[in-house]
Amino acid sequence: MSPDALLVAEYLGRALYGGAILLIAIGIYAMVARYNLMRVLLGLALVESGVNLFLVAIGFRPEAAAPIIVGGVTDVPMVDPLPQALVLTAIVIGVGVLALAAALLIRVKETYGTLDTREVAKFLAAEPADAAPAAGTAVAGTPARETVNAGSAS
Amino acid sequence: MLWLVILAVVVMIAAALLTVFLRSYLAAVAAVSVVSLALAVIFALLRAPDVALAEAAVAAGLSGVLLALTVRRTGLWRSDAGDGKK
Repeated sequence: MSPDALLVAEYLGRALYGGAILLIAIGIYAMVARYNLMRVLLGLALVESGVNLFLVAIGFRPEAAAPIIVGGVTDVPMVDPLPQALVLTAIVIGVGVLALAAALLIRVKETYGTLDTREVAKFLAAEPADAAPAAGTAVAGTPARETVNAGSAS
Repeated sequence: MLWLVILAVVVMIAAALLTVFLRSYLAAVAAVSVVSLALAVIFALLRAPDVALAEAAVAAGLSGVLLALTVRRTGLWRSDAGDGKK
């Protein structure tokens, strides 16, 4: 490989790995430093994207072809297809995780009437630890106890 | 190709920052879709066309719709102040 191509590969690696690490860092910031659960969910999506980019960047080689065999020719250099196959699975699983988290988010909103983690923590601290199956224990300050009981009974 | 990758990475990081700091939740969801689309461009440039297709269709399209519906169900689309930082 010529020194020029080596330099290009160096910068390419820096851009890719730097982008992936920055994306993961921004996502973790959104999950840790923000109090709204919707923002936490968006941060989770960002971290997923960053990890996917990192994995595909690991399998990448400069001056290699896409891992598709055309006409039975297999002796051309190709990028590593294994991380690509795994990332393809991870993308679909990521949407499943996101759907489950969104369903939980809607449930939290219906039950506690808020998405602020601090207020949800207050509600959780106010209700006794073993009160979950006991229907009708009215805790002062929880506006939607009926929703909770209906939810746990069904 | 190097400049295309750098441009896509810059767009991706900018959209990720917008996701965290935009006050409107609907706009933040749109920014997440922009992140996924830029990521699909990067995947295509990294010679992973199948991953790029899945990322653009599933991650940008389907999960964007999912998150937008969540924003509607939880009534966050009109709270532009948000109970975000403070």
